[in-house]
Amino acid sequence: MRPFAYERATSAEDALRRHQDGAVYLGGGTNLVDLMRLGVEEPARLVDVAHLPYDQIELRPDGSLVIGAAVTNSAVAADRTVREGHPVLAQAVLAGASGQIRNLATVGGNLLQRTRCSYFQDASKPCNKRAPGSGCPAREGEHHNLAIMGHSDACVATHPSDMAVALAALDASVRVRGRGGERTVPIEDLYRLPGDEPQRDTTLEAGDLITAVEVPVLGVPSRYRKVRERASFAFALVSIAAALDVDGGRVRDVRLALGGVAHKPWRARRAEEALRGAEATEESFVRAAEAELEAAEPLRDNAYKVPLARNLIVRTLTELGEES
Amino acid sequence: MTDRLEGREKVTGTARYAFEYPVRDAAYAAAVQASVGKGRVASVGAEAALRLPGVLAVLSCENPPELSDTSDGELALFQSRTVSYRGQFVAAVVAETLETAREAARLLRVEYAEEEAPDVGLRADHPGLYKPDKVNPVFPADTEQGEPEEAFAGSDVRVDAVYTTPAEHNNPMEPHATIARWNDDGSLTLYDSNQGASTVQSTIAKIFGLERGRVHVVSPHVGGGFGSKGTPRPNVVLAAMAARAAGRPVKFAVPRQQMFATTGYRTPTVQRVRLGAGGDGRLNAILHEVAEQTSTVKEFAEQTATPTRTLYRAPHRLTSHRVVPLDVPTPSWMRAPGETPGMFALETAMDELAVATGIDPVELRVRNDTDRDPESGLPFSSRNLVACLREGAERFGWAGRDPRPGARQEGRKLVGMGVASSTYPAYQSPNQATARAEPDGTFTVRIAAADIGTGARTALALIAAETLKEDLADIRMEIGDSSFPRASVAGGSGGTAGWGTAVVRACEALRGKLNGAVPPEGVEASADTGDELKARAAYARHAFGAQFAEVEVDADTGEVRVRRMLGVFAAGRIINPTTARSQFIGGMTMGVGMALMEQSVMDREFGDYLTRDLAQYHVPACADIRDVDAAWVEESDPHLNPMGAKGIGEIGIVGAAAAVGNAVHHATGIRVRDLPITPARLLPEL
Repeated sequence: MRPFAYERATSAEDALRRHQDGAVYLGGGTNLVDLMRLGVEEPARLVDVAHLPYDQIELRPDGSLVIGAAVTNSAVAADRTVREGHPVLAQAVLAGASGQIRNLATVGGNLLQRTRCSYFQDASKPCNKRAPGSGCPAREGEHHNLAIMGHSDACVATHPSDMAVALAALDASVRVRGRGGERTVPIEDLYRLPGDEPQRDTTLEAGDLITAVEVPVLGVPSRYRKVRERASFAFALVSIAAALDVDGGRVRDVRLALGGVAHKPWRARRAEEALRGAEATEESFVRAAEAELEAAEPLRDNAYKVPLARNLIVRTLTELGEES
Repeated sequence: MTDRLEGREKVTGTARYAFEYPVRDAAYAAAVQASVGKGRVASVGAEAALRLPGVLAVLSCENPPELSDTSDGELALFQSRTVSYRGQFVAAVVAETLETAREAARLLRVEYAEEEAPDVGLRADHPGLYKPDKVNPVFPADTEQGEPEEAFAGSDVRVDAVYTTPAEHNNPMEPHATIARWNDDGSLTLYDSNQGASTVQSTIAKIFGLERGRVHVVSPHVGGGFGSKGTPRPNVVLAAMAARAAGRPVKFAVPRQQMFATTGYRTPTVQRVRLGAGGDGRLNAILHEVAEQTSTVKEFAEQTATPTRTLYRAPHRLTSHRVVPLDVPTPSWMRAPGETPGMFALETAMDELAVATGIDPVELRVRNDTDRDPESGLPFSSRNLVACLREGAERFGWAGRDPRPGARQEGRKLVGMGVASSTYPAYQSPNQATARAEPDGTFTVRIAAADIGTGARTALALIAAETLKEDLADIRMEIGDSSFPRASVAGGSGGTAGWGTAVVRACEALRGKLNGAVPPEGVEASADTGDELKARAAYARHAFGAQFAEVEVDADTGEVRVRRMLGVFAAGRIINPTTARSQFIGGMTMGVGMALMEQSVMDREFGDYLTRDLAQYHVPACADIRDVDAAWVEESDPHLNPMGAKGIGEIGIVGAAAAVGNAVHHATGIRVRDLPITPARLLPEL
């Protein structure tokens, strides 16, 4: 591990001030410190923001939530208002990592964790995300758990966060404190597809600090389902966050996001579009899933993710339909 | 039912593991791995590393440290410029702190010449496949009886299938770790994590040109090995070299990521199994042909088809092993090497035969039982496979099973049950031990055995107490130190049987010497079981077992979860039920991992294993192991050893993966012949 400086920020302004000369914000460190040990991240300075006063979950009168960026994953999953009002979010957080990791990981850090693509994690190999222009060996190499949607010649990595998938389905936004003041960025605009700049995971600018996540009121049944080879402590092959509002046998509203399929949490807008106003039947769900997955471009070894995503959409919506 | 004697020390953290010894003035080593798959080291630029404050030494082929014996290519560190596989140690740094050592290792500039594309793909038609002289440890590569090809062709019912298993890595919790210290008198002390202090002692003594007694290996507690610590690995040599170069004690633990190339793994296999039988399921021909890999550094030829030589009766038989040297890390022992992948293939083929003949899978195995070892013709010292199958079927509720695949559905879950046999040899090696009566009425028993988490220390203390007819509380069992009487490695499930025999004989000899009051210096007796073993009558000695699994398969996702599992074993006398049960269910758990998730993924372009940590290399987590239980049948076998014990470290994994796979077939009608059975493999067929 390369020598680095460690500083603890006392406020958002202080954090911004300290964020210079190769500095990186440190939350729980459950991803960043691993990457430093692997030589993937080599920051000259860590600015610890885990102790800033963003450690509360606020329930607003309208039922929406403001979750501080320094709240731990464990605290999010255990929070009663989250579990009751936004079960999809609590389920997503509990589906991630292990108890020990969730106790340390923070909301802000979780959203900014980096891909688990094995080429990205191995500094002795090329990777456009880690070393722009060096190539992408995953495209022809080991990619059975990599992207089927929205990837590029430069990068086929997937975003690993479960929480982000739930937040994408919930139309959540992040509050960002940057050099130009505070702004609110919808989750969908926070993440980006790789294109020819896969080194950029998000649209954040240097020094931008996520201070909170705003989660609008939900009010309809929701669910997170994560498919993986073992029952815990594994990244998703494919995951789904879904919420469904059925009225008189017809879909009034629906939210669908997929994890494990793209460089970002994949909001399934086409499927949602196909479903709004449609009958809440398995046939509709199949049609919607297929409408979404027409855009899939599986690689040599991950074509199984297409039927997996389709089945997950159909099954999850069917179950939610039976609940509503 | 005796708890581990050292249990309190372990759970309170006072039990010392190799890296934890408070050695004064210790420095730290970090190794550099080859970043090409095949080639030569042209140069190692150490300037930047040496400029780093705190760096004490750089080791590499530029200035090869002197070794007396370089016959083992894996241990002849830095003696050659040849790179045989990606990840091989090509240099190392010693520094004041671990962080400095790792940073300096990163700053070493290793340049390569004559780089070639590595050949890392095992396939059954690889032109480099050859017949090894023997397979691990000393079995013939091929056997043949009768006219197997003709008999197979003429059989009423035939199964002919190819099965593959991936490379798998041992991944003990405690990494391979060593502290090396050269003493003022020129002797070498090693605090080391291993499966046999005596083996490390003699190997390292040879490599460094020392008399055996000048190397002292201290290993009282070892955090697992599964075979990977059965032979000394480069970490021991590196630590000793580094300590010599730095003139200080050196600590070196292999980081988890580096273990995947340097501490051994289970070879991948391609296995063709042919079974020819009559309509009644009785086997007429068994053919089991194996292709597997080794490295170009040294040959490791695994005995994959050997259980097929023992398990079932059939007049016409053939087994063969072919091995190809690839540009890959050197494979080695991993929990029941050979038997584990071999029995996956054989016992899946038996399930296919059950389906083809319409005979119940338990009944089919019973029908093909044998009272003599089929190939050697020797009588079995004891063989209770049928009892295990019958008792397991009874306990597991097998009778209610609807044999039709896919017959049982619960919502979106497909549920099925599978069975497989287990067998593993009852090995025993020569050993030495001493037993000593102390004047205070207690007893000290010493042997250089290893407790790698198995409960060996406790089992040996029980054996000593029983032989001496004394309370367990009065026995001091001392193991894990090369200064104790020489012991065989903790491997091949031969520990308790081999060490225990020496302990019994030493304690018997001590009882013969005890006569009245014990003098102040105590009374000691020793034993060596070499002659006793040579004089043993010829028997086929094996443990047997039956594995039952019930799985659910998610019809939408292809996720497989094992709902419950039962193993029933016949392994002679069980010395300590508490730790024995842990051994059995530990093996079965590893079998679940093998069946459903474990695989080391080789990158064909770069030539190394991409799965390099426990987030990527999946072993079962707690949530995967819902209800795994083990039981055993009473077995009295007078032809083994004075305890009547067979080994139990490995019988638990053998057959477990096949039982799970057979249950998946029963649940879904899908036969997955390539492990592991993942959603990616299963879903397209569902």
